[in-house]
Amino acid sequence: MSGSLLYLSGVSKSFEGFRAIDNLSLVVLPGELRAVIGPNGAGKTTMMDIVTGKTRPDEGEVLWKETVDLTRADEVETARLGIGRKFQKPSVIESLTVAENLELALKGPRGVGATLFGRRTREEAREIERLLALVRLEEARDALAGSMSHGQKQWLEIGMLLAQDPELLLVDEPAAGMTDAETMRTAELLREIAGRHAVVVVEHDMEFVRALGCKVTVLHQGRVLAEGSLAHVSANAEVIEVYLGR
Amino acid sequence: MARIIDRRMAIFLAGLFILTVGLPVASSAAAGELAPAYLVSLVGKYLCYALLAVALDLVWGLCGILSLGHGAFFALGGYAMGMHLMRQIGPRGVYGDPVLPDFMVFLNWQELPWFWLGFDSFWFAALMAMAAPGLLAFVFGWFAFRSRVSGVYLSIITQAMTYALMLAFFRNEMGFGGNNGLTDFKEILGLDLTAASTRTGLFAASALALAGGLLIARWIAASKLGRVLVAIRDAEERARFLGYRVEHYKLFVFAVSAVMAGVAGALYVPQVGIINPGEFSPANSIEIVIWVALGGRGTLVGAALGAMLVALAKTLLTAWLPELWLFALGGLFVLVTLWLPRGVLGALEDGLGRLRPARAAAPEEARA
Ligand SMILES: Nc1ncnc2c1ncn2[C@@H]1O[C@H](COP(=O)(O)OP(=O)(O)OP(=O)(O)O)[C@@H](O)[C@H]1O
Ligand SMILES: [Mg+2]
Repeated sequence: MSGSLLYLSGVSKSFEGFRAIDNLSLVVLPGELRAVIGPNGAGKTTMMDIVTGKTRPDEGEVLWKETVDLTRADEVETARLGIGRKFQKPSVIESLTVAENLELALKGPRGVGATLFGRRTREEAREIERLLALVRLEEARDALAGSMSHGQKQWLEIGMLLAQDPELLLVDEPAAGMTDAETMRTAELLREIAGRHAVVVVEHDMEFVRALGCKVTVLHQGRVLAEGSLAHVSANAEVIEVYLGR
Repeated sequence: MARIIDRRMAIFLAGLFILTVGLPVASSAAAGELAPAYLVSLVGKYLCYALLAVALDLVWGLCGILSLGHGAFFALGGYAMGMHLMRQIGPRGVYGDPVLPDFMVFLNWQELPWFWLGFDSFWFAALMAMAAPGLLAFVFGWFAFRSRVSGVYLSIITQAMTYALMLAFFRNEMGFGGNNGLTDFKEILGLDLTAASTRTGLFAASALALAGGLLIARWIAASKLGRVLVAIRDAEERARFLGYRVEHYKLFVFAVSAVMAGVAGALYVPQVGIINPGEFSPANSIEIVIWVALGGRGTLVGAALGAMLVALAKTLLTAWLPELWLFALGGLFVLVTLWLPRGVLGALEDGLGRLRPARAAAPEEARA
C-alpha cells in the first residue's frame, strides 16, 4: 500500500500449535490515530510484539515505510527506527527518579561511550521539563518512579514514549488503573500527539475508545474481524457477539 | 566531582588515608612498634579483598549481574603477578636454573613455555594482570549476554567457569605449578619482599588501588551510563525498547569489573607470598557475594567495608575457633539478610540518620 508507515500482510504466529495471530493484515498511515480492540487473547499484544521485533512471525510481511523488513529487526533496532512501545504492564525504571526516567528515554546517542561521557545539556533539561508538564508529573520530578501510583506510572511511560520522539507509538492498555478523569485526559493527550506521530492504541475501555474518535480495528482470534468508525464496528453483528455483547 | 565524591565516599577515603599513613607508622620500629609488623601485610590483604568486592558490586549492585565467578578474575590477576615474581627468582631457586622456575625443572622441562615469555618484565606482567581477566570476561560475556543468559543461569555458568579454571590450573601440564601453585618469591622491582619497607609499599599501593577502583566505579555509577545500568537491572526489557543495546552495556561493565578484580589479585599475591589453584575455588567466589551483601549491595563503599569486616572476623575466628568459621560466615549472612537488608553500611547510615532526623535520605539510597 502506498505511503504506509506500517504494513502487515498475511502475518501468522503460532505458540505450540495455538494460532495467536492468524493471517493478519493491517495498514497504519503516517500520523494516524488507530484504536485496536478485541477480547482477551485476541492477539493484540502479540501483534505489537511482532511489530517491535520481540516475536518473529512464522509467515507474512511486516514492512516499515514500505522498505524496511521488520521481521528481521530486533527490539533495539525497531526502537532506533522510530517505534516506541508502552507495555500492557507499566514498565518504568523504579529506582530512578521520574526526571531520570525521561532523561534515559530522550532521543539521542545510545552507545556506551556516549552515555559514559555525555552530560545533560540545557536543551535536554528543557525538554524534560516540557514532558513533565505534559504528563502532569512536575511535582514528582525527583521522586522515585517506583513510588508512583499505577496511573502515574502509566503517564510516565507515555512521557518516556514521547521523549523518544518516535514516528509510531504502540500503546498497550494505557488507561488501566486510571480514574475516569485520568482516562479522559489520556485520550485527549493521545489525540493531541497524533498527527505528528502515528499512534496505535489497544484498549478495552469503550468510553476511552469513543473519546479517541478514530478508526477502530477489531481483532478476534488473531485476525481482523471488522474495521472502521466506532459506530460502524459497533453495528457489526459478529463484533457484538464476540466482544461488545459479552 | 561532587557527584562522584559524595559524603559517604569522602568519609571512607578519609578513613582509608588515615589507615594508610597510620598503620605503617604504628608498626615501625621508630614508633616503638605500637602494632605488630605483620599487620601491614594483613591489612594490605584486606584492602585487596575490598577492591575485589567493589568490582563485584559494580556488576551486581549496579547492573544486577550476579557473578559467582569473580574469584577467577582475581586469581588470573594473581597468577600474572605470580609468574613475574617466579621469574624474578632467577638462579636463586632450589635447582639454581637461571631461567626455569623450580617446578619446571622438577618436571624435566627444557625451556620456558611460550606463555611465560615476557613475564620477566614487571610492566608486561602488570598489563597481563589486567588484560587476562579483562579478555576472559569479554569473551565469556560476549557469548553469555548475546544469548541473553541472565539471572540464575548466568550465576551458574560463572561458577562453572571458575570451577573449570580451577581444574585446569591443578594440572601440572598447564605450566602454572599445578597443585602447589607459585611461591617462594624473593623480590619485586628489585626490592626484598620480606623487608618492612617493601611491605609498606605494597600496602600503600593496595590502598591507592582501592581508592582508584572506588572512584572509577563511582564515576561510572554517577554517569548516564550508570543510569542505563540501573535501567537494565530494574527493567531490562524497557532498556531494550528504549533503544539501548543491553548486551554492550553488560559487556562493558563486566569487563571493567574483571580488570579491577585482576588488579586486586595482582596486589594480593606479593603480600601473601603464594598463589595456587585454590583461589579459583567456587566457594571463594561465593564468599565475595557475601562480603558485598553484608556491607550493603550497590553502595560500593559498603562492599569495601563488608569485605574488610568479614576478612577481619575470619582472621580472628580462624585463629581462635577454626572449625566454626564457615558456620559463623553462614550465620552472619543469614542475619544480615534478615535484619539488615541494606547491609552494614545501610544500618550505620540509618542509625546516624536517626540521630540527625533533619537530614532525609537522598533518593540515591534507594537507587543503590
Ligand atoms: N510467548 C507466548 N507463548 C505462548 N502463548 C502466548 C505467548 N504470547 C501470547 N500467547 C498466547 O497468544 C494469545 C494472544 O495473546 P495476547 O497477549 O496477544 O492477547 P491480547 O489480545 O493482548 O489479550 P489481553 O486483552 O488479555 O491483553 C493468548 O492466548 C496468549 O496466551
Ligand atoms: Mg494484551
